[in-house]
Amino acid sequence: MGSGFIIYKFILASLILIISLVVAMYSTLIERKMAGFFQDRFGPDRAGPWGIFQPLADGIKLFFKEEFMPNTADKFLYILGPSLTMLIALLTSAAIPWGGDMVINGKVYPLQVADINIGILYIFAIVSIGVYGIMIGGWASNNKFALLGAIRASSQMISYELAMSLAIIAVVMMTGSLSLKDIVDSQKGINWNVWYQPAAFIIFLVCAFAECNRSPFDLPECETELVGGYHTEYSSMKLGFYLFSEYINMFISSAVMATLFFGGYHFPFEDSLGLSPNALAAVGFLVLFIKITFLGFIFMWVRWTLPRFRYDQLMRLGWKALIPLAIVNIIITGVVILIKQG
Amino acid sequence: MSAESLILFFIVGAFLVGIALLFSSYIPPTSTNPQKAETYECGIPTEGLSWLQFNVGYYLFAIIFLVFDVETVFIFPWAKVMKEAGMRGFVEIVIFFFILGIGLLYAWKKGALKWE
Repeated sequence: MGSGFIIYKFILASLILIISLVVAMYSTLIERKMAGFFQDRFGPDRAGPWGIFQPLADGIKLFFKEEFMPNTADKFLYILGPSLTMLIALLTSAAIPWGGDMVINGKVYPLQVADINIGILYIFAIVSIGVYGIMIGGWASNNKFALLGAIRASSQMISYELAMSLAIIAVVMMTGSLSLKDIVDSQKGINWNVWYQPAAFIIFLVCAFAECNRSPFDLPECETELVGGYHTEYSSMKLGFYLFSEYINMFISSAVMATLFFGGYHFPFEDSLGLSPNALAAVGFLVLFIKITFLGFIFMWVRWTLPRFRYDQLMRLGWKALIPLAIVNIIITGVVILIKQG
Repeated sequence: MSAESLILFFIVGAFLVGIALLFSSYIPPTSTNPQKAETYECGIPTEGLSWLQFNVGYYLFAIIFLVFDVETVFIFPWAKVMKEAGMRGFVEIVIFFFILGIGLLYAWKKGALKWE
């Protein structure tokens, strides 16, 4: 491990972090534009052509807003909450393979920060820490609305985490590996997992909505009853952290879904095109982004189409529908694999 | 190799978050007064602290989650070696699922999964 390795990893890490931040910024614009489209209005269109500078303006506004905290809040935890949420949202992308291997001067540079052999477990571990960020922030603001929002969020997130990990087990059984790179490489061409595991994909998608606190599962921040939910007392950049991390989580969970179920950076006929490894990695990166955009579109589409669930309906769906379904899916997958093996 | 990369990634991420925090706590103007620093409760002065008791239902779900989450962790190693473990491993895991299912059914029948 030389200094070249550290510099390369440093550049890669900074690039991935900056890309996820920029994507999160611009998905706010796309989301608002789409909301406008669904509701037959324009959406933001003042800042630049097609409202293209709107996210920048919002970001600058959040940075320069005055920051104050309620005098009854727990000062340390009040700052820790949003920072933790933001950091956790950023860290998830470390295990995702963003493209094939680059070869420069005979050296191989994988487009993945860390090819951990337990990649999926790493992502689950990080995502489950994300609950703490919301819980700490909501509890520390010492506000009744925030506390209720935080408890709702943690209860909902832990419930849907179970179904999510059970859905993934079926994919792991097919691949026989927990490394995201191996899972992607097993889906070369159009041999995507979603054809074999549609049930697992649907369960994962629903759980991803719940994990990101997105509509129709956005009870932790439902305006009609809880004002702002867990971030009622937050202002300035700390509020920005919470809002931003929601979009980063959306981006990352789209990336995880694309990786697990839609072949990641692989695309059909990639070997017959005769591209060099570097060109292939670049095209693969773009292909992955097209898949992510499509899945992100589903997130927004659902948000502006479906009404919000009631809390008992949410719990019933999670515990009485998704978890039993995921277990049945695992058993059916096991039987089919064993029959195929003979 | 991957552990070092993760630590590096963590440092870069923490750096970004720290910069944003520092910036927003020093650059913007600050002014405060007693009314402004009050807890928000729709314009009415808030009664007492907000760290109060809440519905026990949340706690119940957390307990059930803990049990099931630990059991999920047991299933992951089997899923990894599923193809090598073959029929025997599968039968064993089905027995495991059976016990898990009885647990879920028990909680279900007891009304622990019912939100009220």
